Amino acid sequence: MLEMLFMYLQYPFVRYAIIVGVLIALCSSLLGVTLVLKRYSYIGDGLSHVAFGAMSIAAVLNFTNKMIIVLPFTVLAAILLLKNGNNTKFKGDAAIAMISVGALAFGYMLMNVFPVSSNISGDVCSTLFGSTSILTLTKEEVWISGIMSVIVVGIFILFYNRIFAVTFDENFAIAVGTNVKAYNFLVATIIAVIIVLAMNLVGSLLISALVIFPALSAMSVLKSFRAVIVFSAISSVVCALFGIIISILAGTPVGSTIVTADVVLFLACYLLGKVRG
Amino acid sequence: MIVLSAKDLAVGYEGKAVLQNVNFEVNVGDYFCIVGENGSGKTTLLRTIVGLIPPISGELNYGDGFTKTAVGYLPQQSDVQRDFPASVFEIVLSGCQNGLAHKFFYSKSQKEMALKNIERMGIGHLAKRCYRELSGGQQQRVLLARALCATKQVLILDEPVAGLDPEATEEMYRMIKQLNDEGLTIIMISHDIANVKKFANTIFDVNQIPETISVQGGVSTC
Repeated sequence: MLEMLFMYLQYPFVRYAIIVGVLIALCSSLLGVTLVLKRYSYIGDGLSHVAFGAMSIAAVLNFTNKMIIVLPFTVLAAILLLKNGNNTKFKGDAAIAMISVGALAFGYMLMNVFPVSSNISGDVCSTLFGSTSILTLTKEEVWISGIMSVIVVGIFILFYNRIFAVTFDENFAIAVGTNVKAYNFLVATIIAVIIVLAMNLVGSLLISALVIFPALSAMSVLKSFRAVIVFSAISSVVCALFGIIISILAGTPVGSTIVTADVVLFLACYLLGKVRG
Repeated sequence: MIVLSAKDLAVGYEGKAVLQNVNFEVNVGDYFCIVGENGSGKTTLLRTIVGLIPPISGELNYGDGFTKTAVGYLPQQSDVQRDFPASVFEIVLSGCQNGLAHKFFYSKSQKEMALKNIERMGIGHLAKRCYRELSGGQQQRVLLARALCATKQVLILDEPVAGLDPEATEEMYRMIKQLNDEGLTIIMISHDIANVKKFANTIFDVNQIPETISVQGGVSTC
């Protein structure tokens, strides 16, 4: 078993997949806690559908670097969703549902009307479930993911106190003069970047799992915000690592294996939380 | 010295006024109470005072003591907060956010101030406990301690006793009165007129605009 693992580790694409997978799992779990608490659990799903829609535009227009289109669109959608925080006309869930379903339908239609390859359902499937893309990463993509992750983690640590303040009580933060809009904007931009990165790993359908499961696991056993953040980051990294290794050894799809590991950990934490009361 | 004054103020949402012809003055050291029935617009008025929504027309003038770095606010609790995984200390410390200025992390003196205010509210033994495990009265004290970290002069309270049992209510009023005696200007909303009359030195009844009733005496201010 171990020999087989070491054999696989000799291939650069396996090492790349592990590095990128761990980095993305780390980033997505950091903001997961904030998003779950603000009742935006589904934003990962919504934004990834927007990214899917944007990706089909890029495919139809024959862009080689799809990121140029996908990233701005996703950031824009995230800002629209989060800019007013809890004081919006459409509440979080309805707004996300609208954008998500709309973008998904639009993207799929575009792919059908202007087919770029003969295997549409295969394209759609790999975009949604990210089946193989993590194993076809180039060195440049690994570097980009690495740099983005460092930026995301850095920003999160620097603005940790303010992110906490705005998550716990937006109105208090406004009343004492904190620029809440700017921090909502910051959170929206970061989450959009994470989602675009994560699409490579688990595909758009499973991103929500990366965002919410580590946060929910941590929240069911821990009692301070800092502990919750730290635990969700660690558990997300461990599950990603574990999931990727199992998927390599057992030949299962990478994204679904990682998410399954997250679900199992969540169930364990939930039960532990119940037992301890 | 005037902390806050309103002149022909109209407040409401999206251009529609729910309350107009609001005129009042709050002086330093006042215990100023806004009363009125549910739906009378007193929360809207308070949200306008703290700057969550813009006034529709008229003037709202802030005095020297009323700056963003010197005001503490106790909002009504939201659903999000009730099951929030954060320790009491973390929440109270977040009251120091207006003192962060351009820094990223809280200083040692800010952490000490948070601890001092936790002790001041008599919840020192709960500092490491999780907020969601506390009773309603304890949670209100945590939020009051947080407001104290944010304020130097003015404390604004939105129905501080809502949902509390009689004992906790009395305790809350006693604490607010004590803070007022220590020199803080209190601006509070309540529909509990009986209790308010005992403590406040000025009562502003939004149902009786344009006249305002002033209850004098009884309570001395600093």
